[in-house]
Amino acid sequence: MNELFLVWSNLVRRRLRFALTLFAIFIAFLIFGVLGSLRAGLQSGINLTADNRLVTVNKINFTQPLPISYLNRIRAVEGVQVASHAAWFGGYVRDPRNVVVSFAIEPESYLQVYADDIVLEPAQQEAFLRNRQGLIAGEALATAQGWKIGDRIPVQSNIFTRNNGTTTWEMVVEGIFRGPEETSDTRRMYFHYDYMNESRTFGKDFTGLVVFNTADADQNERISREIDALFVNSSQETQTDTAKAFNKAFLAQFGNITLIITSVVSAAFFTILLIVGNTMMLAIRERTTEIAVLKTLGFRSARVFRMVLAESMFLSVIGGLLGTVVAYLFVTGMRKALAGVLPDLSLPPSVMLQALAIMVALGLVTGLVPAFAAMRLNIVTALGRN
Amino acid sequence: MSKLFDLHDVAKRFTRGKETITIFEGLSLAIEEGDFVAIMGPSGSGKTTLLNLLGGVDQPSSGEIRFAGERIDSLSETGLAAWRAANVGFIFQFYNLMPMLSAERNVELPLLLTSLSRARRRQSVEAALKLVGLEDRARHLPKELSGGQQQRVAIARAVVSDPKLLLCDEPTGDLDRSTADEILKMLSLLNAEFGKTIVMVTHDPEAAKYAKRVLHLDKGRFVGEGGAA
Repeated sequence: MNELFLVWSNLVRRRLRFALTLFAIFIAFLIFGVLGSLRAGLQSGINLTADNRLVTVNKINFTQPLPISYLNRIRAVEGVQVASHAAWFGGYVRDPRNVVVSFAIEPESYLQVYADDIVLEPAQQEAFLRNRQGLIAGEALATAQGWKIGDRIPVQSNIFTRNNGTTTWEMVVEGIFRGPEETSDTRRMYFHYDYMNESRTFGKDFTGLVVFNTADADQNERISREIDALFVNSSQETQTDTAKAFNKAFLAQFGNITLIITSVVSAAFFTILLIVGNTMMLAIRERTTEIAVLKTLGFRSARVFRMVLAESMFLSVIGGLLGTVVAYLFVTGMRKALAGVLPDLSLPPSVMLQALAIMVALGLVTGLVPAFAAMRLNIVTALGRN
Repeated sequence: MSKLFDLHDVAKRFTRGKETITIFEGLSLAIEEGDFVAIMGPSGSGKTTLLNLLGGVDQPSSGEIRFAGERIDSLSETGLAAWRAANVGFIFQFYNLMPMLSAERNVELPLLLTSLSRARRRQSVEAALKLVGLEDRARHLPKELSGGQQQRVAIARAVVSDPKLLLCDEPTGDLDRSTADEILKMLSLLNAEFGKTIVMVTHDPEAAKYAKRVLHLDKGRFVGEGGAA
């Protein structure tokens, strides 16, 4: 027997209580691991965006349109390398519930801006550029919809109507693109802006956003300022930001995800703190006589302190490690299923390290009070109570 | 025989609220090495407080307590813990074994405070359990043992590190007569054969008969002394 065995024996002496407390800690760390991965996954999507890519949107809100004429004025700004634009189409196929993420784009320039992100066979690209009714679909979307090259797809809009009174634009699948990574999100499609623009009944010659690459990321700030200055006091003022900031703002429309995740995790840990702290206090109170006997036998107060603290550390670290490992397995298992939404979903080392730090902190916080109580326990008083 | 304990002019007072309660005042006592002393007296007479002072789990308010010539009343808490580990074996009325540890592990507890190797510790534990006749119950948990057996485990725990002094607080208070006699015979054996100095607090006159000296304490003063019956 050694001191570690003694600590362990004390920890597991009430098996049900041990198991339940461990389970509570396990759940907290599972939540932490999964939500931490989710947050990191969302963040990494933003981080993957090129540093030299900027987006210009309507200053009121990115859902408000911009005149297409802005594109050429933006192209003329010094430092803008290649610029394009995209308009949200609000597309669906057959059933309004069968939504397809679809953008009307200026094909040639858009594929240049996103040359690294939209990986398309040259022949398919050629065909797409040639055919005004052509569309290119991401691999995931094409698979989900059962589309093949050459298929004619009646894509409807839940925003626009055509001159002929319908909401349907007939398109032909000319290409199926992949993302830069196997896990990249490809559940979207692009088609010719001109094809949509020429026959829609409203919003003519307006687009959703202008996107462009700059020659040098260090020039981003100046270029943004210059572009926004171009349209000051116009009916459609602009806001130019990096694509990263834009993506961040886009996510923020669903709420402050980081705050939500932090709140959920904090609530979970606060509850666990109370549960484990209470359990440890209870455990030490129950063992008052035993601790007094240990001290009577000659165990020093500091040693008793260490033993009680080790108990809560064990509890926290075992539960925490189990939770983190299961979170890792869960996230790894979900990686494929969520690849479209969160292509970089994984339990990053930073989250693991945070979990480890929380385990130690939880063990310390929940163990310190009972450990102090045990250390300060007066033998005569404790044995007298017996 | 040399003097093991020498208490000189010892006082013990407690403060409860604004009130100061005096347990002893000017108490002096000498205990020879190898003695077997029973301390008797009514409840509240100060028996257990005296035992706590002798065992270094409590400190006197004033006066001197010497053990083998060394003052222990001025030792720090840490110093006293080390002194207890090296010199004193404790036997309690309710055995006070660790319920989650087997008999052998309970006996091994004081040896965790020594630098003995695991093999040496095992040897000592086996010897102690053999001494109390429980070598076949080594793996049993306290709840699987009778009261008498538990007290024998407690005795084995008290002697395993070979201390000079055994302090027993009502060691037979929770046992029936015949089991109590067995325990007392064992204490006598430890005193006679192994030279252990034993100080035992008891209410039981039958138990006191096993002692060489019986001290009667009342209201913090020794009111009488007698030898073994």
